Amino acid sequence: MIRFTDVTKEYPRTGVALTDVSFHVAKGEFVFLTGPSGSGKSTILKLIYMEELPTVGEVRVSGLSTVDVKRAEIAKLRRKLGIVFQDFRLLEDRSAEANIAFALEVTGAPRSQIPSRVSRLLTQVGLASKASSFPRELSGGEQQRVAIARALVNEPYVLIADEPTGNLDDRATRGIFQLLREINASGTAVVMATHNLELIRRSDYRTIEINRGQIVFDSGEAKPVQPEELV
Amino acid sequence: MRSLREALLAFRRAPLLSVLGIITIAFSLFAVGLFGLVAVNIKETIASVEERVEIRAFIAEGTPADAVAAAIGDVGSFPEVARVDYVSQEDALKRARRELGEFRDVFDAGFLPASIEVRLKPGFRSPDRVRSVAARIATYQFVDDVRYGQEWVEKLARIRNIAGIAGIALGLAFATVAVMIIGTTIRMAVLARSREIAIMRLVGATDGFIRRPFLIEGFVKGILGGGAALLLTWLASLLINRYIVSTSFFPMQLAVIGVLGGAIIGLLGSGVSVGRHLRRV
Ligand SMILES: Nc1ncnc2c1ncn2[C@@H]1O[C@H](COP(=O)(O)OP(=O)(O)OP(=O)(O)O)[C@@H](O)[C@H]1O
Ligand SMILES: [Mg+2]
Repeated sequence: MIRFTDVTKEYPRTGVALTDVSFHVAKGEFVFLTGPSGSGKSTILKLIYMEELPTVGEVRVSGLSTVDVKRAEIAKLRRKLGIVFQDFRLLEDRSAEANIAFALEVTGAPRSQIPSRVSRLLTQVGLASKASSFPRELSGGEQQRVAIARALVNEPYVLIADEPTGNLDDRATRGIFQLLREINASGTAVVMATHNLELIRRSDYRTIEINRGQIVFDSGEAKPVQPEELV
Repeated sequence: MRSLREALLAFRRAPLLSVLGIITIAFSLFAVGLFGLVAVNIKETIASVEERVEIRAFIAEGTPADAVAAAIGDVGSFPEVARVDYVSQEDALKRARRELGEFRDVFDAGFLPASIEVRLKPGFRSPDRVRSVAARIATYQFVDDVRYGQEWVEKLARIRNIAGIAGIALGLAFATVAVMIIGTTIRMAVLARSREIAIMRLVGATDGFIRRPFLIEGFVKGILGGGAALLLTWLASLLINRYIVSTSFFPMQLAVIGVLGGAIIGLLGSGVSVGRHLRRV
């Protein structure tokens, strides 16, 4: 579903951010991306939602290839990706429900369906009672839940999360992580960049570690069946 | 439909910025409008002076009336000629008496020759044209002399050329400044919402979808600003009429074109600003 083939990314001024990165994320998988600051995690995520294109190599996401993708196709692709960030990126002048509805309006969803879908999502992320609150009236964890609800509202096949718990305390972090696990359990793939080794240790999801723009460890790439497992 | 709603929302969310934008547009176009007012009036003045361009051919005494009548018919059919009048000796005398008041008794019938007066159509009053028509009239046997105030015609043409060139140059300068100011205003409106644009892109909005509300907003601001500018210009011309000199206002079509121009600047300005912004994100 997501496939990186020998991807090298070079930024105009800062130089090479990724070197020869190849991996594949299957449908419904949960993948941690980890590694030191500046190693290239966000760059990998940007390549997935095609905010950046590779300098060398190819990124394929649900049938679209960075080799020949058009701008309009990128917009369509993003409707099928949910994206959340450390800084939530909510519109400050709109209520929680309006923020979620926004993602539906943008995709031209029928207006009559919007309210019911929004309230279902708010319930799913546990914020039904805060529907009309504005971002400044919500805690960080609650804002991230709104952002996740917005990311899910178009029923994406993959949720891309760039340090979604980076601004949250331990309790809120656990809550958000739990929510992501539930989302994954219902069939949505999750690719999550994080510094939080605690989260990685406590779950046994696949982990890809990046260092200086290269994959230095991948715990579980669709591994070939080991001989000893056969016996 | 949704774009319209979004555009209205944008006004509601940032009323100050919107009003400031409209005021800026109004004043930039007001400057253009004032300039236009001056230009229109200068042009009209020159045109009204030009109307007095006439060629006068003096007719030899004793010319048979039917020869003169035939010549008048001929000259009247020149493409440049608007009308031809015959001024008999008596008419000339009457006119001279009227114009010269107290010296009226000096004149005697027979002292002034009869003449034909030729007026040219607008657009045919340049020195070359006037000269060529005069030359043609001079070929009639019975025409003694042809006068048209050559020096004066040439001076007038020069003034008109200078005024025309200055008008175009100044007009372009004013319009350019107005477009730049309006463009900057609109850029600010776009930048104020760059976060919103980034989020729209993130959730999969197409460029057209993002652009549309801005286009409507720019168009509406342009119309409102243009309308306000027209009103200001009109008030200014009223004041000038009352206290300084009598002037004429724009013809209706020009006023409409001005307001539409404002709307188009608003529309294009928004389109270009958003487009540029989108290319960067
Ligand atoms: N838009 C950009 N333009 C130029 N260089 C960039 C850009 N984005 C990232 N880089 C560079 O690419 C490298 C990788 O950055 P990236 O943001 O992917 O790291 P990261 O692993 O997400 O770091 P962090 O954990 O701090 O978020 C860095 O050296 C950074 O300076
Ligand atoms: Mg990062």
